[in-house]
Amino acid sequence: MTQNYRLDKIGLINRDKKLSFKFNGKNYFGYEGDTLASALLANGVHLIGRSFKYHRPRGFFGAGVDEPYAIVQLYRNNETEPNVKTTEQELFEGLEATSVNCWPSVNFDIGAINNFLKVFLPAGFYYKTFMWPKSFWYKVYEPIIRKAAGLGVASTKHDKERYEHKYEYCDLLIAGSGPSGLASAYAAAKNGARVILAEDKPRFGGTLLTSEVNIGNQTGKEWAENIISELKEMPNVIVKNRSQVFGYYDHNMLVMSEKLSDHLPKTKKYNPKQRLWYIRAKEVLISSGSIERPLVFGNNDTPGVMLSSAAKEYLKVYGVLVGKKPLIFTNNDSGYETAIEFKKNGIEPVILDTRKEPNSEIIEEAKNLGIQIKFSYVVVAAKGYKKVNAAEIAKISDNKNDLGTLENITCDCICVSGFWTPTIHLASQSGNKTKFDKDIDAFVPGVSKQSETTLGAANGTFTLAETLKDSFNAGYELSKKITKNDNKISHPTVVEKNKTTHDKFWCVPLPKGKNYKRFLDFQNDVAVSDIEIALKEGYRSIEHVKRYTTLGMATDQGKTSNLNGLQLVSNIENKIVPEVGHTTFRPPYTPVTIGAIVGREVGKHSRPTRKSPMHSWHEKNNAVFVDAGVWLRPRYYKIGEETLFEGSKREAKNVRANVGVCDVTTLGKIDIKGPDAAELLNRVYTNAWLKLPVGKARYGVMLREDGIVMDDGTTTRISENHYHMTTTTAQAANVLSHLEYYLQLVWPELNVNVVSTTEQWAGAAIAGPKSRNLLQKLFPNIDASTEGLPFMGYIEADLFGVHARIFRISFSGELAYEVNVESDNGNFMWEKIMEVGQEFKIQPYGTEALSTLRIEMGHIAGSELDGRTIPYDNSLEGLVSKKKDFIGKRSLDREAFIADDRQKVVGVVPIDKKTSIPEGSHLVKDAMAPIPNPKLGYISASCWSVEYDNPFSLAILKDGKNMIGQKLFAMSPLKNKTIPVEIVSSHYVDPKGERVRS
Amino acid sequence: MLHIKCPHCGMRSQNEFSYGGDATVKRPELNKEISDQDWDNFVYYRKSLRGKHKELWQHISGCRQWIKVERDTATHEIFKTVKAHEDI
Repeated sequence: MTQNYRLDKIGLINRDKKLSFKFNGKNYFGYEGDTLASALLANGVHLIGRSFKYHRPRGFFGAGVDEPYAIVQLYRNNETEPNVKTTEQELFEGLEATSVNCWPSVNFDIGAINNFLKVFLPAGFYYKTFMWPKSFWYKVYEPIIRKAAGLGVASTKHDKERYEHKYEYCDLLIAGSGPSGLASAYAAAKNGARVILAEDKPRFGGTLLTSEVNIGNQTGKEWAENIISELKEMPNVIVKNRSQVFGYYDHNMLVMSEKLSDHLPKTKKYNPKQRLWYIRAKEVLISSGSIERPLVFGNNDTPGVMLSSAAKEYLKVYGVLVGKKPLIFTNNDSGYETAIEFKKNGIEPVILDTRKEPNSEIIEEAKNLGIQIKFSYVVVAAKGYKKVNAAEIAKISDNKNDLGTLENITCDCICVSGFWTPTIHLASQSGNKTKFDKDIDAFVPGVSKQSETTLGAANGTFTLAETLKDSFNAGYELSKKITKNDNKISHPTVVEKNKTTHDKFWCVPLPKGKNYKRFLDFQNDVAVSDIEIALKEGYRSIEHVKRYTTLGMATDQGKTSNLNGLQLVSNIENKIVPEVGHTTFRPPYTPVTIGAIVGREVGKHSRPTRKSPMHSWHEKNNAVFVDAGVWLRPRYYKIGEETLFEGSKREAKNVRANVGVCDVTTLGKIDIKGPDAAELLNRVYTNAWLKLPVGKARYGVMLREDGIVMDDGTTTRISENHYHMTTTTAQAANVLSHLEYYLQLVWPELNVNVVSTTEQWAGAAIAGPKSRNLLQKLFPNIDASTEGLPFMGYIEADLFGVHARIFRISFSGELAYEVNVESDNGNFMWEKIMEVGQEFKIQPYGTEALSTLRIEMGHIAGSELDGRTIPYDNSLEGLVSKKKDFIGKRSLDREAFIADDRQKVVGVVPIDKKTSIPEGSHLVKDAMAPIPNPKLGYISASCWSVEYDNPFSLAILKDGKNMIGQKLFAMSPLKNKTIPVEIVSSHYVDPKGERVRS
Repeated sequence: MLHIKCPHCGMRSQNEFSYGGDATVKRPELNKEISDQDWDNFVYYRKSLRGKHKELWQHISGCRQWIKVERDTATHEIFKTVKAHEDI
């Protein structure tokens, strides 16, 4: 197929490399260096999609990041991406794309009926219409609206691409590689500054690629190429294309997304698809340029109406004609540049200029070239449905209020130029107080809050000579401030055509008897009439008008529509634009792939996986793992086809009958040293610590200042001034911070050091009636009797040549010991325990059996210490010292905490002794009571008691101490279960604790 | 992301720190009688200032020291950072 709109000799594309692609199932060809937009236009395709609300045909409007219309669903390497701007997506071999927002096809779209219903779909239509009845919103209205609206469709598959994050520091970050970006980067780099220069497009140079200027003795384009190749060679400069600086955050932190692979058919092996850069810059230079403003007239959303700068870019960069009979509609000199480019390439454009008698070099040139120019003329409306085929034009009176006789002019595109809007997004995000510049009818950066400077067109400077002068100077001055170097580059002379002032006129009045839609926001179908309605209905704040009408929302964030919207509001309100103010610019400047934001923190990479030194043994022995905080712990060791229930029951039974071994390496461990260590513990824990002898462990509970239990664990006195604290797996980090807080800030006079030793020690709990026999065999030289090593005793011993710490502590409620060795010896210890334990029928047990054992013993754990319970709730009164003060003690006197019917942990058994009670079930008195059924408590933990062979749960129950023997119902709406239960003591097994002391 | 000067380590990004609240709150002394109101003020009540705020941060992924920071809550400007035992 020939590309009917491609020129032979102009453009920066590589004509030697032909690329095939598909749009809406049809095959086309383009060239390397094309965007999807330029390739489609080269093939004469102008109909890309349908608009959001009225489903009107949509074509191309811009040539870059500002594009409001031409977004597609992209297919690449078996993946799909929604809302891709065709103007940014580079062409690659095999690219496939389809239209969005149309059904069944872009040519025949049922939703287009909305276009005829448009009188019924004014601003705020959804808010007004779908309010009643309320219940209909979720069930009926919302699903239908969502189906009808919406742009592309997100993939539901796991994104297999790799995204990376990178942190970088630099002296100067320069956003945009147009003339100001290049000049400032060059001046700063030559002065020794570390520079990052970012360009969102594939090609560097910005407007220098499309304008007819000379810098020194080179064309603008040659100059740009030379500067870039020199910068690339400099070691202090990072030059990045396809990289959008999209967010300006606090303390000069900017975020940039670099698209490394989106322009390729497939991401190369070991390469990321995109990279997100977090850049901390000493100074930021914003050289983001400007975006052309549309002129507003009837049916100005018809495909074929586009920005004149875009038409010029398609021509000069891609060698593509957006039309062969162009009409240029302008209120300033920029339209002439486009017209001249058309003319030079053998096309006859017609210029309609809203101004009466403008004079400048460029207008002269157009006249000399014989281009037909109509002054004081406007386009009243575009004609054509799926593509412009003519325009209704008219002469306009000097006061711009009255239209002359309507005339028809044949054309196949209308290139509009309503002057330029500086891209001030980054400056505004940085906190810069923007100001309105009346000369250019737009906001420009004002007083900086952070170290930021805006240059060139982004600062409202529209001549190249001035831009280069400012930019060379800024690059030099800022770098001098940082590097203290003084190497100044003189800026080159510039040859450019002078321009004259623009016309403030931008919105063509409606001719009598016509009600053409005049669109302000093309992505959201917001027309002039919608803004008028919003204001009539009383919306005043521009932020409210935006939300009510959706002006400036969606994927383009109003890059082409915001300012015209503001002008309209200020015209109607009889205010000046700065009084109306602009809506807040928030990052990101342009949509960023979620994957890039997430980076490598996906799946197992979302946080580090910690494994105990015995992990490979567990793996080899069929452990089924569970996430416990950041740790992987064996849940149970599977034998044959055992289920979790069967396996954990077997393991727990074996602990009660023989002996089991459990990996407890994950427990938090804190080493505490210093002469005031005992005093610290005495203040941190609720019970007394000053008299704990060396070689003894004690159980302790620590509170927050508000009286809520923070953590529990045992702490052992290793020697005079040395303690070993254990915490729960989950709270380990918080407890360390907590101790550091009090030591560093509250009681700095205490001479104590704390350090985490969680990873330095590997731990194994051996539990069960035969654990003493096993211990004695492991350590033949110790006295393992109750006299030699009593409950809560501690000794150090030698385990086959390895130093070990032995604690006689128990979580399972059985006679039990915990053996700790240095982590490197963990696996050795474990294997020895398993080997020696054979004769005692040892079995390893996982967290599920561990839970079962502690639940039926009524030992509290994380599910009871859930950040809402105080010591009394957990039957820990005995541990709360009456004599001494400690963290949180004063709070325990609070009224609610000492209330008579205070909640308390209790045991719960189903009456039928068969039905397991789901964790989280609510306890209620009357299962049939009307909703909301008063809740008395909730199930915190459930297990299958191996001692009694029936289900058993723990619950936090109101007035728990007086509820023993009561019959209640456990209700789980989630599992749809109502279970009659009896309240029993939480200490279901061995309530006197005889086993641990045996 | 803020850039905070740890008095021990130098300029570091915010993600190395964790926030610790108002630095001007003094914990009541141990073993001292205190009214419900004063205790509640210490445990619960904090000013939500707009402007200069003296606050605690811990350099949790660095030297683990608690530090004091004077920061503008509206602009995030940081005026001063000092060690735990120093006055701010």
